[in-house]
Amino acid sequence: MPRLLSFAALLASWWIGSLLAGDAKLPPPPAVLSAMIAEARSGDLFFHLGMTLARVALAFTLAMSLGAAIGYLMGRVRLADRLGDPWLILLLNLPALVVIVLAYIWAGLTEVAAIAAIAINKLPTAVVTLREGARALDAALDEMATVFALPRWKKFRHVILPQLSPYIAAAARSGLSLVWKIVLVAELLGRPNGVGFEIGVAFQLFDIPRLLAYSLSFAVVVLLIEAVLVQPFEARLSRWRPRAA
Amino acid sequence: MRLEVDITGKTFRNAAGETHDVIAGVTFALDAGEVGVLVGPSGCGKSTMLRILAGLDHDFQGHVSRPAGARVGFVFQEPRLLPWRSVEENVRLVAPRADAAKLAALFEVLELSAHRNHFPGELSLGLARRVALARAFAVEPELLILDEPLASLDAALAGRLRDQIAVLMNNRSMITLLVTHDVDDAVRLGDRLFLLSPRPARNLAELRIAAPRNKRGDAEIAAIKLDIMRRINGDAAKLDAS
Repeated sequence: MPRLLSFAALLASWWIGSLLAGDAKLPPPPAVLSAMIAEARSGDLFFHLGMTLARVALAFTLAMSLGAAIGYLMGRVRLADRLGDPWLILLLNLPALVVIVLAYIWAGLTEVAAIAAIAINKLPTAVVTLREGARALDAALDEMATVFALPRWKKFRHVILPQLSPYIAAAARSGLSLVWKIVLVAELLGRPNGVGFEIGVAFQLFDIPRLLAYSLSFAVVVLLIEAVLVQPFEARLSRWRPRAA
Repeated sequence: MRLEVDITGKTFRNAAGETHDVIAGVTFALDAGEVGVLVGPSGCGKSTMLRILAGLDHDFQGHVSRPAGARVGFVFQEPRLLPWRSVEENVRLVAPRADAAKLAALFEVLELSAHRNHFPGELSLGLARRVALARAFAVEPELLILDEPLASLDAALAGRLRDQIAVLMNNRSMITLLVTHDVDDAVRLGDRLFLLSPRPARNLAELRIAAPRNKRGDAEIAAIKLDIMRRINGDAAKLDAS
């Protein structure tokens, strides 16, 4: 109920804002809705959303798995940490735009370049988070696993992974929001489709209802994924924690 | 099967870079079926010794020979359960081949049957200790190590748990090593007691208790305890005089 109220307040202030600013600058909700419906009817909306989602999924998976592996290694092996740290700091502070532009220059305006650029932007945050997780592993449980001679795979699955899961969830959460932001820039600069491309086109034509239609549809997809995938996953991970009454 | 321990020295380096001697010289040996008890004041290096015996610490002087490939059951001072696995999963994880009937019997003895599906975070310390015991016994160990399994429990509960441990020990022939600072527990559970000095630990004396655990009368226990106290304090007095 409070969520619904808050959403209604957002809608109302948008409408009032559009009355004050004029249709040309901020079209009212019905105008955006009809633009959305038109795009959906032609199938363009779903095609572009699908392309963007596919890029997000690929780049996210790539960055998470690679970042988790590197982060775990750096948290556990001191030499790896020393060797990797300067690279990590460089990548962490490299602006997304630089990575994207360089990727397009070096690998051409290709899908591979776009996905690699997005993944490289997300990679260092995943590494940093998982490195913290690996550093925080409980030595007492490690000893328990050693004494009882747990096989390597079992130890990883039952002792180490559950300790890392909050860090994985945090990296996934922050990484996903980062990827959502960067994917549109990558599409704007070098792809012939996707939400970012459409927003670029709408910007050039000054077609504000279409611009907002794509932005809002994109936001709805993000919210849905958050509610359907990310939050249930987090709840499952923490089901063993005693809940506050 | 035999456990032989001859640790001639173990030092720790603290964060400030100073070294401390923890063990000065401890020697003993145990055969299968024997329950050895290391008795010594708190902080005398008993837990360190157990870590060495379990193969967790290789940085010491001396020699330890464990039966090759022996299954080890270890009850740590803190229960060290996996908080994200249920009681039963915690036990089954280390003992995947344990059959259901044996596990059920084990849970029965330790009064854990009602808690199989609980998570460790929902248990009291006493219950968590019992789960740690169940886990150590479930692997059907050839070498069982217990580090202060009764510490920080109230007297009544500690007494009950001690009886449960005695029942489990009598059911199985293995090398058992128990560490405690409580002389009463030592006399009631052990066959051979190794008295240790304050840190750095070294052997003070060894006592054998011939009577089986369940046949020790209160008078006999009191007499042995008195003997131990005399030896410990006598030695302390000698140290003071020198």
